[in-house]
Amino acid sequence: MAGHNHHHEESFISKYVFSQDHKMISKQFLLTAIVMGVVAVMLSIFFRLQLGWPGESFSILETFLGKWAPDGVLDRNAYLALVTIHGTIMVFFVLTGGLSGTFSNLLIPLQIGARDMASGFLNMLSYWFFLVSSVIMIFSLFVEGGAASGGWTVYPPLSALPQAMPGSGTGMTLWLISMVLFVASSLLGGLNYIVTIINLRTKGMKMTRLPLTIWAFLVTAILGVLSFPVLVSAVVLLLMDRSMGTAFYLSDIHIGGEALDVTGGSPILYQHLFWFLGHPEVYIVLLPALGISSEIISTNSRKPIFGYRAMIGSILAIGFLSFIVWGHHMFVTGMNPFIGSVFVFTTLLIAIPSAVKAFNYITTLWKGNIKFTPAMLFSVGLVSTFVTGGLTGIILADSALDVNVHDTYFVVAHFHIVMGMSAIFGMLAGVYHWYPKMYGRLMSTKLGYAHFWITLVCGYGVFFPMHFVGLAGAPRRYYDYSSFQFLDFVADLNPIISVFAIVGGIGQLFFLFNFFYSIFRGQKSDANPWKSNTLEWTTPVERIHGNWPNELPVVHRWAYDYSNPAYDEDFVPQIVPLKAGEEEH
Amino acid sequence: MKLFILLVVVVGIVAIAQLARVYELTARLRKTKEEDISYADNRLNAKLWLLFMVLFYAGFIVLLAKYGDYLPVSASAHGEGVDTLMDFNMYIIIAVFFVVNTLLFVFASKYYYRKDRKAKFFPHDNRLELFWTIVPSIVLAVIIIFGLRTWNEMTGEASPDALRVEVYAKQFDWTVRYPGDNNEFGLANYNLISTTNPLGIVTAEGIAESLEAIEAELAALKAEVENERGVLLNEKAEIEEELHPSHGHGHGDGHEMSPERKAHLEARLHDVEAALNSGNTTVLSEEAYEAKKDKISRLERHIQRIMEIEDFSYESNINAWDAGKDDRIVKGEFHLPVRKEVEFIFRSRDVIHSAYMPHFRAQMNCVPGVPTRFKMIPTITTDSMRLVMNNPEFDYILLCNKVCGAAHFNMAIKIVIDTPEQYEAWLKEQAEYVAKEETAPAVEPEAAESVEVVVADSQTAIVE
Repeated sequence: MAGHNHHHEESFISKYVFSQDHKMISKQFLLTAIVMGVVAVMLSIFFRLQLGWPGESFSILETFLGKWAPDGVLDRNAYLALVTIHGTIMVFFVLTGGLSGTFSNLLIPLQIGARDMASGFLNMLSYWFFLVSSVIMIFSLFVEGGAASGGWTVYPPLSALPQAMPGSGTGMTLWLISMVLFVASSLLGGLNYIVTIINLRTKGMKMTRLPLTIWAFLVTAILGVLSFPVLVSAVVLLLMDRSMGTAFYLSDIHIGGEALDVTGGSPILYQHLFWFLGHPEVYIVLLPALGISSEIISTNSRKPIFGYRAMIGSILAIGFLSFIVWGHHMFVTGMNPFIGSVFVFTTLLIAIPSAVKAFNYITTLWKGNIKFTPAMLFSVGLVSTFVTGGLTGIILADSALDVNVHDTYFVVAHFHIVMGMSAIFGMLAGVYHWYPKMYGRLMSTKLGYAHFWITLVCGYGVFFPMHFVGLAGAPRRYYDYSSFQFLDFVADLNPIISVFAIVGGIGQLFFLFNFFYSIFRGQKSDANPWKSNTLEWTTPVERIHGNWPNELPVVHRWAYDYSNPAYDEDFVPQIVPLKAGEEEH
Repeated sequence: MKLFILLVVVVGIVAIAQLARVYELTARLRKTKEEDISYADNRLNAKLWLLFMVLFYAGFIVLLAKYGDYLPVSASAHGEGVDTLMDFNMYIIIAVFFVVNTLLFVFASKYYYRKDRKAKFFPHDNRLELFWTIVPSIVLAVIIIFGLRTWNEMTGEASPDALRVEVYAKQFDWTVRYPGDNNEFGLANYNLISTTNPLGIVTAEGIAESLEAIEAELAALKAEVENERGVLLNEKAEIEEELHPSHGHGHGDGHEMSPERKAHLEARLHDVEAALNSGNTTVLSEEAYEAKKDKISRLERHIQRIMEIEDFSYESNINAWDAGKDDRIVKGEFHLPVRKEVEFIFRSRDVIHSAYMPHFRAQMNCVPGVPTRFKMIPTITTDSMRLVMNNPEFDYILLCNKVCGAAHFNMAIKIVIDTPEQYEAWLKEQAEYVAKEETAPAVEPEAAESVEVVVADSQTAIVE
């Protein structure tokens, strides 16, 4: 435990590379995630070019993809590889590793009043596993046959048989290896987060005084620790099917001109294992973003978060329910209709805690005194995308309706809005808000405004029309839709979507520039620039190992005493003792 | 061109950098800090929320007006129920979408920061929270009950006299099989699949043919492997060494070789020498040798699996090996009679596919090794639908909706819904399975090409 707070000279390596300081590790996660995010966005723009203007030649494709885009036209196999790696990077490397890795690491010790994580060493290992796994994933783009191409869910037998498609060769093996390392990283991080939150809270920091960020990180970590091992087993069984002649997922297959030598497994088994992780994963991505936005909305509305206990309750309810809904991804696999009914019921139950959260956010804004920092804009945007995307989940959860929209663009629209946009908004909000805690400086507000409005408009511009493309019956992961007459009806939406995607992608330059420029030239931050209550703003601006130079702070109240009528200031930090006769919330 | 793009990017970045610097300098002159959001900025963002709301809703309404009739009226009986349920759910979620987003945007724009105000301290209100827990619960209960009722109607057992049709998926086309006059599908087994038997239908003759073909291949491979020159030479050297040890040590000291062993070795030596002198020896690289041995054991297991195919009779007393002879196999398009219940049986040869029929509100995955089912009653013939759509070229379609490889986006088959008379006439034209010499796949050239490439590649990889 990093209980010592004496200063000792650190070498460059131990300070910036193999650091065990949670603040440095958090920045390492963030920078890696930004690099991965840039790659994933570029991949999506490449395939949106093909989808918007099928078969047309773009020299930029040839510049970047070389033989994958002969004469500037994207190759069919390369298209699938791009879609697959875009999804994998976004879900796992940006929104799981990047989001939890950055903000759990940065905020858990700072907001609970601890000097560091319970184990700095495990924390460092967690990052290095993450980095190695990221490097392998990127490297897999360059191997013979191309990267994994079966979609980010890599269903066997497609992913199990190298004969089935070029991307199921070396690229797929690397994908699986990368994923095993990623899960190792996630588990090391998750266990550390749980132990730290349970054991290292400072004096007075009762569970019911924790900021909602910490509650969200705690439940996220528990979900990860319980569900990621199941993904590892799914992945390891798949590796064995690929290279050791087992047949966990293979049955009665004739491919490449001959009957497969092994049989007796079930491809559906993989889907059960995968989605047992895969659905909690959605909330592993979403909950930290919701936690971050709770904190930011409350701070910038200058109002207590409405229904603090109900918010905790709904985080717990969502976390629990997320484990018993995985079957809604499998309504059309031929599962027993009765089991399907059970999954319909449990899935729709999740809408209740989600509705409570949405209404509580809105009530927090009501009669607030709202400061529109870029972080606040992204948080309000998050509430909108969470509601808009969540509502279409009601259609998809209804098995009878899912039959006709399953695996269409309607699903693509749904999860990109509710999970992609919301979680990215939460992550960006967090970056703008806690940037001073990372770099001691502030990002430019004006550039932040431009970034937000471009991102919001383009995000909805990309994903909202996709609902209609999907309702018209357009399947996802198609290279070209022009051979289907019945889809001509929505054909003119595709170029529009692609234009929004390109503009939105370029709009992220505002963020990248702002982020890197402000590290060196941003305005120096005060100790508590947002006038916030939580403990991280009681630490000195210059970041020190051990967080607080002297004694650890003592907590006397909850994190949300904003505009408390008993005080003149519109915020009361958690370290301020209760006045005589004041009742704690 | 590349240079130009690069130039544009660089100039763009420099321009943003300069803009930022100018802004930064002016900000310093005005002594404003990044965290102090000015009244003007708060108000600007407040107005932008309202503007965004208006544009967002306008965009939604335009989309609804233009694309709201996303699919023509359902062409199946259960599809009508699905559409009613869909409309019901859509009305609810669109209403909630407008109400909640409007509250959000209006509050965000109304309550922007002003120095002279203090926010209302309103940490919780049990009645309000109870209200928005209970109201969604009630609405969801209705949605669940309505949804499950439709689901149960869709997924119940098919009636015994339903027309059964097998839809068979493989990379990258569809094959459809009708049970023929005896109303039973012939047993199918993946071990019997060949170019002349694309579904692997089991018949006694087919089994014999397959076994014969495999055994011929096996014999050829064995001959190659057994006459490999390097292996024979090695074996010869080993036998000679054992018969006439060149050094004193080894197993020579103590006990003599048994006469049986000696005779056996000498006989084997004779065979090996004969083989070496026969002029039939092959020369294989070590890898090719191993690959061929591997192939031999796989072929042996293949034979074993064919031998294990069970011979039995269906409940109708028709033998499962005979039932397939009158099955009818079609490609390119398939026909169904209107207003007759049809039960699809979906199978796949290689990877998971999904049979998606959007006009019938029907979809089911095709999983290798696990047959799946879906029942429906088509209600509108192709001809009538063409009239409804006012489009003489309209066709129903079944398309693949589970990513399955490079030509996934091209894997479709036309569905024709006929009047019963048209259907019967069409079915009669389709040849019976045994009468067919060859079911040359009428695949689109592009898809066929890639299939062949895959096949050729993997075979060379294995054989060479």
